[in-house]
Amino acid sequence: MENEIMINIENVSYEYKSYVDESIQLAVKDLSLEIKRGEFLAILGHNGSGKSTLAKMMNGMILPTRGEVYVNGINTKDEDKIWDIRSKAGMVFQNPDNQIVATIVEEDVAFGPENLGIPPEEIRKRVDDSLEAVGMSEYKKHAPHLLSGGQKQRVAIAGILAMEPDCIIFDEPTAMLDPSGRKEVMETIKKLNKDKNKTIVLITHYMDEAVMADRVMVLNEGENVLMGTPREIFTQVETLKKLGLDVPQVTELAYELRKEGFDIRKDCITIEELVEAI
Amino acid sequence: MIINIENLNFIYNIGTPFEKKALDDISISIEEGDFVGLIGHTGSGKSTLVQHLNGLIKPTSGKIIVDGVDITNPETKMKEIRKKVGLVFQYPEHQLFEETIYKDIAFGPKNLGLTEEEIELRVRDAMELVGLDYDTLKDRSPFEISGGQKRRVAIAGVIAMKPKVLILDEPTAGLDPKGRDDILDEIKKLYERENITIILVSHSMEDIARLANSILVMHKGKVIMHDKTREIFKSADLLEDIGLDIPQVTKFMKELKKRGHKVREDCLTIEEAKEELTKYLRGTKNA
Repeated sequence: MENEIMINIENVSYEYKSYVDESIQLAVKDLSLEIKRGEFLAILGHNGSGKSTLAKMMNGMILPTRGEVYVNGINTKDEDKIWDIRSKAGMVFQNPDNQIVATIVEEDVAFGPENLGIPPEEIRKRVDDSLEAVGMSEYKKHAPHLLSGGQKQRVAIAGILAMEPDCIIFDEPTAMLDPSGRKEVMETIKKLNKDKNKTIVLITHYMDEAVMADRVMVLNEGENVLMGTPREIFTQVETLKKLGLDVPQVTELAYELRKEGFDIRKDCITIEELVEAI
Repeated sequence: MIINIENLNFIYNIGTPFEKKALDDISISIEEGDFVGLIGHTGSGKSTLVQHLNGLIKPTSGKIIVDGVDITNPETKMKEIRKKVGLVFQYPEHQLFEETIYKDIAFGPKNLGLTEEEIELRVRDAMELVGLDYDTLKDRSPFEISGGQKRRVAIAGVIAMKPKVLILDEPTAGLDPKGRDDILDEIKKLYERENITIILVSHSMEDIARLANSILVMHKGKVIMHDKTREIFKSADLLEDIGLDIPQVTKFMKELKKRGHKVREDCLTIEEAKEELTKYLRGTKNA
């Protein structure tokens, strides 16, 4: 059964107890959000804004204190269905070293499907396909610890892909990578969205990555404060700065030039667009 | 010259099938008071190089002179090296261990055998320099503060050693834009006030462009470029070939020039680009 809405978040709050003074804190406050099948959503927000808490609620790693989260129509509170949920929505984290379990790349990728009890021929096929999709086929016999950060992260993504999820949630997947590693991983994510029609949720601090998304949500103090296309979001330079966030350098430059009285369209978000505007 | 490196080589696992040259005949000098950006993709040898600079790794061959002292000489005391060169690792907050913020920052100076008064003075100064309030925070546990604050405590612990050379290995990794800007501003303030030499390792070309006077580019264990920041970022193609980048705003100015606009292409920051474009656009309008 396929649902048009991949993830549905209804009036969700998440409480936790502060370990400084034991007071009750809200990491996510009464948040509602629908993520459509095949969509690429980026989530921005400063550290402590509730991004990771929200992400972990999207595949049942944590459950909301109030409200409901549905993945492909299944409530994450339904304990009997938790493995269905996890195989529909996979998660990739910041540090590739913490996500790799085996000593050979292909064995690492096979770990997930093996645990799902899938027959060996099918696992073989999934491992090969997944490594192909992230461009790491030629490394299948390599030891993961000898790979670069970007390569390790792509192996981690292949491990998720081998579970054949409809949706992948990325929690700052490029934060620890160098520029070329970042490029590799972002190109892989874009490809999974466009060619394999995977629903993507990307949490990031890099505005040039968020520009690639269909929609951007900005979280602050656990609340959805801004939502729109990257162009609608990034043109709000002052609001974003107040929230402790960046805008792409070219957008900021366009904004500064407008302040000087030049008639430059304010919704430039790429180098190409600003060059055209000048 | 505060640092002089002559023919430095470092080889891992010598004599085994896993032998690997991590540093390949490096000879460079760093001037006292310079702010150096150290860039290179993962595995290019950056971390191995900075670990040599404070004596954590001994070279296979070659010599490193810091502030007149040969730190590669086995006779040189570690304490001497640590007083001269402070190294802040990646994710330094993972190394916090004491009960209070005061004790954590005081740990290094205490090992130098300083008096209690001197230690207190240094902890106070170091906390102020990284923007932590001494009176409200000194008795708090370093584990109950925010990530950005933890990182400041870790940096303060190194600053309290009063090193002549401060090396920061990706000090902003994992921080959000606001946290990153705060730390970079504090590093800048520290640099301007204390007149020390700073080496900043970073994957963010924007951060390097904003702060560094000069840049060392490493590739496959060699230093392949060492020049003023503006000069280095002129070589966009070469940098991209070795997995690096230039700031977006610099890329934009280059593209603009390529399309026939007569602008300076070596702007490093938004402020510089704004100034250049304001001049240019006003000029074309009046012409």
